[in-house]
Order: sequence, then structure tokens, then C-alpha cells
Amino acid sequence: MRAGLILGAVLTALAIAAALLSFVWTPFDVTGVSIADKLRPPSAAHPFGTDHFGRDILSMVMVGARTSLAVALLAVGIGMGAGVPLGLLAAARGGWVDEVVMRGNDLVFAFPSLVIAILITAAFGPSAVNAILAIGIFNIPVFARVTRAVALPIWTLDYVRAAQVAGKGRARISAEHILPNIASLLIVQGTIQFSLGILAEAGLSYVGLGAQPPTPSWGRMLAEAQTMVTLAPHVAIVPGVAIVLTVLGLNLLGDGLRDALDPRLKARLA
Amino acid sequence: MIGVNGLSVRLGGRAVLADVDLSLRPGTITGLVGESGSGKSMTALAIIGLLPDGAKASGAVMLDGRNLLDLPEPALNDLRGRRIGMIFQEPMTALNPLMTIGDQVAEVLVRHRGLDRAQAAARARDRLDRVGLPLPRFPLGLYPHQLSGGQRQRVAIAMAIALAPDLLIADEPTTALDVTTQAQILDLLRGLVRDEGMALLLITHDLAVVAGIADRVAVMQAGRIVDEGPTEALFRARTHPYTRALFAAAAHQPDRVQAAAGAAPILRVTGAVRDYTLPRRAPFAPHPVLRAVDGVSLTVADGEAVGLVGESGCGKSTLTRAILGLDRLQAGRIELDGEPISDRMPARLRARVQVVFQDPHGSFDRRWRVDRLVAEPFHLTGRPHDWRDRVADALDQVGLSPDAMARHIHEFSGGQRQRIAIARALIIRPRLIVLDEAVSALDVQVRAQVLDLLARLRASHGLAWLFISHDLSVVRAIADRVLVMDRGRIVEDGTTAQVLSDPRHPTTRRLVAATPVIPPDWVA
Amino acid sequence: MRPLIRRLISLAVSLLVASAVIFAVVDLVPGDPASFVLGTGARPDTVAALREQMGLDLPWPVRYARWLGGVVTGDLGTSLAYKTPVADMIADRVLVSLPLALMALVLAVAVAFPAGMYAASRRGRAGDVAVMGGTQLGIALPNFWFAMLLVLVFAVRLRWLPAGGFPGWGHPLAALKALMLPAIALALPQAAILARVLRSALIETLEQDYIRSARAKGLSRGQALRRHALRNALIPVLTILGMQFSFLLAGAIIIENVFYLPGLGRLIFQAISQRDLVVVQSAVLVLVAAVILVTFLVDLAYAAVDPRLRGR
Repeated sequence: MRAGLILGAVLTALAIAAALLSFVWTPFDVTGVSIADKLRPPSAAHPFGTDHFGRDILSMVMVGARTSLAVALLAVGIGMGAGVPLGLLAAARGGWVDEVVMRGNDLVFAFPSLVIAILITAAFGPSAVNAILAIGIFNIPVFARVTRAVALPIWTLDYVRAAQVAGKGRARISAEHILPNIASLLIVQGTIQFSLGILAEAGLSYVGLGAQPPTPSWGRMLAEAQTMVTLAPHVAIVPGVAIVLTVLGLNLLGDGLRDALDPRLKARLA
Repeated sequence: MIGVNGLSVRLGGRAVLADVDLSLRPGTITGLVGESGSGKSMTALAIIGLLPDGAKASGAVMLDGRNLLDLPEPALNDLRGRRIGMIFQEPMTALNPLMTIGDQVAEVLVRHRGLDRAQAAARARDRLDRVGLPLPRFPLGLYPHQLSGGQRQRVAIAMAIALAPDLLIADEPTTALDVTTQAQILDLLRGLVRDEGMALLLITHDLAVVAGIADRVAVMQAGRIVDEGPTEALFRARTHPYTRALFAAAAHQPDRVQAAAGAAPILRVTGAVRDYTLPRRAPFAPHPVLRAVDGVSLTVADGEAVGLVGESGCGKSTLTRAILGLDRLQAGRIELDGEPISDRMPARLRARVQVVFQDPHGSFDRRWRVDRLVAEPFHLTGRPHDWRDRVADALDQVGLSPDAMARHIHEFSGGQRQRIAIARALIIRPRLIVLDEAVSALDVQVRAQVLDLLARLRASHGLAWLFISHDLSVVRAIADRVLVMDRGRIVEDGTTAQVLSDPRHPTTRRLVAATPVIPPDWVA
Repeated sequence: MRPLIRRLISLAVSLLVASAVIFAVVDLVPGDPASFVLGTGARPDTVAALREQMGLDLPWPVRYARWLGGVVTGDLGTSLAYKTPVADMIADRVLVSLPLALMALVLAVAVAFPAGMYAASRRGRAGDVAVMGGTQLGIALPNFWFAMLLVLVFAVRLRWLPAGGFPGWGHPLAALKALMLPAIALALPQAAILARVLRSALIETLEQDYIRSARAKGLSRGQALRRHALRNALIPVLTILGMQFSFLLAGAIIIENVFYLPGLGRLIFQAISQRDLVVVQSAVLVLVAAVILVTFLVDLAYAAVDPRLRGR
């Protein structure tokens, strides 16, 4: 299982490195249209071939990584930033506060991120920010639920009662005892949501609810490739493989971290 | 008869059992005693063939001239439940929560006898009657969550004895139960052995339980049986040093401290009432109310050691929470040193009461180091400049060296952890320390040491103890005065000697009678 | 039956709140639908007349109440772009999207259960490692991309199944065939998740005391797994199954684009680009209501599986 952790870390690092590198260097300019070179199969000059505008697919995939990773990362940030405090609050206070937070969660949970994206797009028009918001909002109840679920059993432990006897309030106990003890689990959940975010972003930009032209993104590359998939399969295959490897890498990393941080968590989470 | 000859078990390259011999005769109860980790449960699992994955057993477990260790898995499946039955410690988790008790008992009969549903159900009915779960209160269609711990243990017994096995193995069957329930379960087991002529291997850490029920005793230490013989003879003779040590610890009484009990009470509870609202039975119906604490009044004098005893569900935990200022009352008041306690009392007042909990594992945040853990109550008083010296001093008082400060809690044994918990309670020099089942999870020898420590600290610090327990024998060792609680009320209040020798209230009498004791003349 | 009544009340409340949220978001949209319908050159008084006709001049609580009343009576108004009743348009499309999501769900369960049980019973051995490796890959697959690959192989190269389009339920066999590839593309990634959840739930229940009790009764490992562990493991699996339905529904809407299926998704995307918000509003409500209903059914299923939850 150690091998999974290493493979996951390598794949994740590769995706991040490609995204970062694309800021300073790509093999070709992704805005350079060259109809003469369109739909070239992979070659020495273009290792992944070219698309229907003659753009280098390797360069497009590198820049697309930027969009995918940024959207997914920000969405995890939104989910954690709002969900973790809500979950801690619900676990710490119980009673009607818990009830209100959890009912609110259930409500948001009834809106899949696609539906949220549809609503935001209907109201404000399409953009990459929609995807961040849609996936981020969907992540909030996910983190709130996980946080509450793992915080609640800790509240019954004697060391929390000892802290209460030492005069500490619920907020201080949440910060000093609860959060540090669930942090590793939240990091694991974070990598899971990160990888789900990449899949969701790809889906949203595939149907036109995410990043808009000319911003390259993996989902949009696939949407554009769809009409010529029989002519030039590589145009559709390469971005898909990029998604699969990145998501696979993050999942392996998450599983590996979980095993490394706490073997007992293995069974508790799927 | 089942004979265990030279049984050894290795697990992960380590010998956990070495050369164990036992003969388990029909109609005989054999007690297997020892401290936790000595290999008692491993012996049981080896006999029934359910060792954990990776364990390697050698030697012999003989039944009908066959060595069970050599049998293939299908043949063992055929023996388990039919020739050998087993019950476990935790009745709350030992039954499948999604299956009715009738089906769980019937499953054994279907598995081994191939009975049809109706026949199996009839036989299951008969077995449940036998273990004291008769109609109409206990139909076959009940689910485990509808039963108490003692009742669930009876269902587990019914499952194990459904086919009248040659051997019944009971692994700490009463450890998780109240004393009165324990006495009933032990009676049931004794009756089953007598009526059905099976052999019983009773595994327990409690010498008093063994003294009351077992025909023979085997004493286990570090994977070996070090002493074996008829119960009374073995307990009287105590030839083996380990048996002697266990016996001394079980009968241990710390030196009595003459309490300089002041006239002014440190703790005064007056007419305390605490209700819990339960979920409604119907929409818009009023919430049913459970009165957990029902008009309790008590006092603890400065420097006094008081025991509060009762069975689970009697309200003592709720009362403890209120005394610690973690929960509020509906009526009545609690005063500490004359000032009212509440869940928002000032830090200055809160600093006068501290607590030691039962579970040495759950009592500490395992991410913190010992110095920070012990210093946590300084939150109430402000952390002094010499706080590290104070922590070292507190650790010294409980018999730990200052280098413990830099270590994490998982590096310490259960007994050491309870010492650290006591150090944490002492650090801000409170006037009253509440001990909530503080020695219940400890082995007898460690328990004796901690009780000695508590007695010594009381003398040196002039502390008052409030000792909460379900176990009279623990309280007897340390309390000047005993309060007995039942259904939310204090039903008896008297000096320890008086309550134990001359209990007045029926509940107290029941508790005293059910508490297992080693016959005094064996001790002499 | 009392708990059922309480659950039904909470179901109604959830639907009501969700509809209010959808209404609020869509109603916030800047721009006037009436002037959109009539084009930029329309005269102000014609616009005002249409506004009145569409009820846009009314205060929002009235508009919300009207819409809600329409939802209950099945009158969702008229599409701005197509001038046809919205209810009919949605009904047609639901008959594609919902069967697709359900087919995928059935397929996912049919694949995941044997795989998860097999992996759990072989824990740590080669079979387990192989199945778990496969599920890792399955989870990482974007279903719409997987769908493109399936089209490439099974429709374009092998010509076993159609590459896209939908003949309508008038031709049941052809309709099922048309939904086959999309259902497989949706189901396999979800089956991978489900198999992993089932495996870990089974492994956790296999460590419970009651499994040891069952073994002490004489049940073999396999019997203990099937008779005692499986039903207990079903509880966490049900939770995931409920969540998966919402993913499958969302996935169905995305994947319709790969197969040119006339489902809800294509209706919604067209409506968004035409700013036909009457359609968007009601179509989204249908999606959200479906998710809420499935959550409700999962709650009922919990009670069926777990006697501890009955009567609560």
C-alpha cells in the first residue's frame, strides 16, 4: 500500500508541476491557431498531436491543468472554510443549533453541484467562477457532515470532560482538542473532494457551464473533440487520460495518507 | 472431557501462550484467572479454534480422542456451537442488532440439527425459558436493542447452550454487568452446569467471583499456567508467589486515614432534581420525562472520603456531572464551600473541585504531551511562572519521575495513566476531588497501588474525596462514609462499616449480598 | 405508522424550501423576460401588456404562490422560446433521463455487490488487490469521457449499439438499446465507488463481536459474511446509494450530450442559452425533487433494514 502513496504523490506532483510550468513555458503557444497543422497525430514535434485549430495538445493540457486544479482547490477551500466551522459548531452545541445546521445541510445536499451551476449560470451567465462556486457550495455540507460525525464521538470522551472541568469553553475545546484530533481525517476528505472537484469541473466545462473560451480546460477540450473523435481519437483521448491520471493520483494520495496517518480510519471511511 | 495438553500459541513471532495444560471435566466449573494480557482469552479462542489470523497454535486440544488443532475448518465449524459453546464479555455488541433473538438462537439449531423453522423456533423458546427469559415479556421477535445488558447476556448464553455442548467457555461474562446482574448470571451458569452436566471454563480477572463459583482454579501469568488446583485448597495454601500476590492485592485495604473532618461541609447538595426529556411518542404529544436525579441531598465534610454507590442507571453519573458544574439542575442547589455551583460558575470556584475519570485511555488527548496535559487545569487559575516545576512536583507526588513530562500518553500503562490523571487533578490544589469509577478499569495489583496512593494523598493534602462507583468492594477500601443511590434517590447514608455489615435499605442489602467476596476464613 | 407521517411532513417541508430557493435564485436574474420574448425593438406598452399577461407585475410572494400552485396542478406555464406548455416538455424529457439514471443505478448495484463481497472475503489477497485496483481506476473515470470511448469501440468500430439518438418509447427494444451505452458509462464509475464502500463496510462488520458469536455457533466465514455481515454492512451502503442517485441524475444530464439524447439536460442547456427561464426553473425543481424523494426513500429503507430505527 506504500506503493500507492508514492504513485499518488508522483501523479499529483506531475499535474501540479505541469500547471505551474505552464505559467512560464509551454512547448507551443496555446493561442497560436495554425489550420495547416490541424488534427495532426502524435509526432516528435507534437508528442500528443494537435487539435482542429492546429494547437499543440500537450500545451493545451498543461494550461488546462491550471484551470482544473485551481477550480477544484478553491472549491475545497470554500467547502472546508464554511463546512468545518459549521460541523464543529453543530457538534459542540448540539440541540437546536445542531438541528438547524444539519437541516440546512440536507437542503444544500439536495442540490447537486450541476444543479447549482445551472442556477448560477441561469442567473449570472457562464464563467469559471460559477464552477468554483457550484462545486464549493456542494462541498460545504460534505465537510460539515464529516466534521460533525467525527467530532461528536470525541465530545463524549473523558479528556473533553476534563477540559470542561478545567473551565474551558466549547469554542476553546473545539480549537484545542477537537480540531487537532480530526485534522488528519479532514485532510484525507480534502484530497477526496479535490479529486471529485476535478471530475465535476470537467463535467461542467464539458456542458458549457464552466470555463469559457479562450481559457483552455480539460472538459472543454473534450467537448470540442467530440465531433471529430472518429477522425482523430487522440484529441479526445489525451485530455481524458490527463483527468484520469490526476484524479487517480489524488485518490491514491488520499488513501495512502489515510493509512499512514491512522490505520484505524481505514475501515471507517470508504 | 476436553483436555488441553501443552498448548502453545505464537502471534506475530511472539509466544502468547506457552505449554498450557487444562482438563475440563463434565459438570465441573474451572476458573481461569490472571491479569489482563496474561493469555486467558487467547486460551479460550485456541480451544474453540477462533484464534486471530496469523496466530499459530501447537500442542493439543483433545475431544473424543481427536486433536482439534489438527482438524480442517469444516469439521471445526461442525463442532463449534454443538460440542463447544462460547459467550463473550460485551453483551451489548455480541448479538446481531438486525436479527431477532429468536432467530439468533434458532440459527444454531438450524445449522447443526437441520431443524425447520417451526421446530427451531419451539426449541429456541425452550432455551430462552431456561435462561430466564420467559413469555410473555420476552417473545422470540424481540431485537437485542430492546433488552438490557444482562438480558442480552442471557440470550448469548441461550445461543451457546442451545445444543447442550460438552464445554461452555465464558470469557469475562459478567465484567460489563452490575453486581446484582452478575450474581444472577453466575447463578444461571452454575445451574446449567449442574442440570446439563457440561464443563464450564470461566475466565475472569476477579478472584472473588472464582471463589464463589469455581470447583477448580488455574492461575495464568504471562501466557503460562503457574498454579492450578481445587479452588479452596489453592486459595488457602497460596503456595505460588504470583497467586499470593494476586490474592493480597484483591484483599488489600489501604491504611485508614483518620480524617480531620472539619465541621463545615466542603460540598452540600440540597434537593437536587435533574429531568431529561425523552423523544415524544407521537407528534405533538408531550415529551415524556425521565427524572434521573430525584431530590438528592448530601454533604461531604472538608477532608472526608465519601463513597457514592449505585447500579448503572441509578442517576449517579448525572449527579456527578452536576457536581462538576457540567450540567444544570431543574431544582435544588449544590454548594461548594458555601458558594453555588452551576455550569457557569466563576473559575475561582471551579478550581476547588477536580476529577479523575474511569477510562485511563479516554482521559487524555493523545496528541498532547504529559506536561501540557497535567497543566491543563491552570486554565482556571492562570499559569504560574514555575508551572513546569509545579507539574514535576505533582508527578512526583503520584510516584512518577519528572522525565514523564516530555512523553506522550501512549507510552504509559493504564495504572501510570491513572496516576497522571490524579496529578492533573492535584495540580491546582483543589479541596474536593471526584473519582468517577477511577480504579474500575485497573488490574487488581495496580488497583491496590492506586488505592494506597489515594489514601496517602488524602493524609498529606487534607483533600476530600467523592468516590463514585458501582462496586461496593472498591468503595469499602477507601471511604469513611457510603451513600447508596437507587432510581435517582439516596436510599442509604452511613459509615462504611455500618452500611456493609448492617444494610438497612433493600437496595443496599441486594448490593451487599450480590457483591462477590472471598470467604474471610480463607484469607486467614 | 406515526413515524411515517412525521417523515412525510418533513418531506413536504424540504420540497417547499427547495422550491423557494429555486424560485428566489431564478427570480433574481437581471433582465426582463417579457422584453426578451418580444425582442429589442418592441414598444414599451406591448412589453407592459405582456408583463401583465405573464404576471410579472405582481409582487413576488404572489408569483411564487402561483408557480407553486401550477406545480401542484401540473400547469407550469408556457415556454418563452417554444410557446408550448412547459409541463409537457419536461414530461417528455423526464421519460428519458429518469429511466437512464435508474438503469445505471441497477447496473451499478449489480456489478458492485459481487465485486465488493468478493474483495471483502479475500481481504488482502490477490483477488482483493485486483478488484480494488480496478475500482481505483473506475472512480477516476469521467463518465462522459468514458462514454466517448464506449461509442468509439462499441458503436463506431464494432457497430453493436447505436452511437446516439433516441427512437422514443414507442420502440421499447430500440429505446433500451439506445440507453445501454449511456447507462454503462454512468454505472461503472459509480459501481467502483459502491464496491469500495461495500467492501470496507463488510470488513468493518466482520470485526464486530456478533460475527465472532456467529462463528462460535458453528457458522463458516462465508456463512457469517452472508447471513450476518451483509445486512449490517447495508446501512452505510444505503447512504452512499442515496447520494449516488443524485450523482447519476447529474451524470445522466451531462452524458445526454455525448449521445444526443433528448433528456432533461439538453432541455435545460438549450433553455439557458435562450434565457427561457420558465423552463429552467421548473426543470431544476424536477431534478431537486427527484433527489429529495430518493433521500426520503433511503430513509424508509433504513428503517426497513434496521429495527433500531423503527418507531423513531
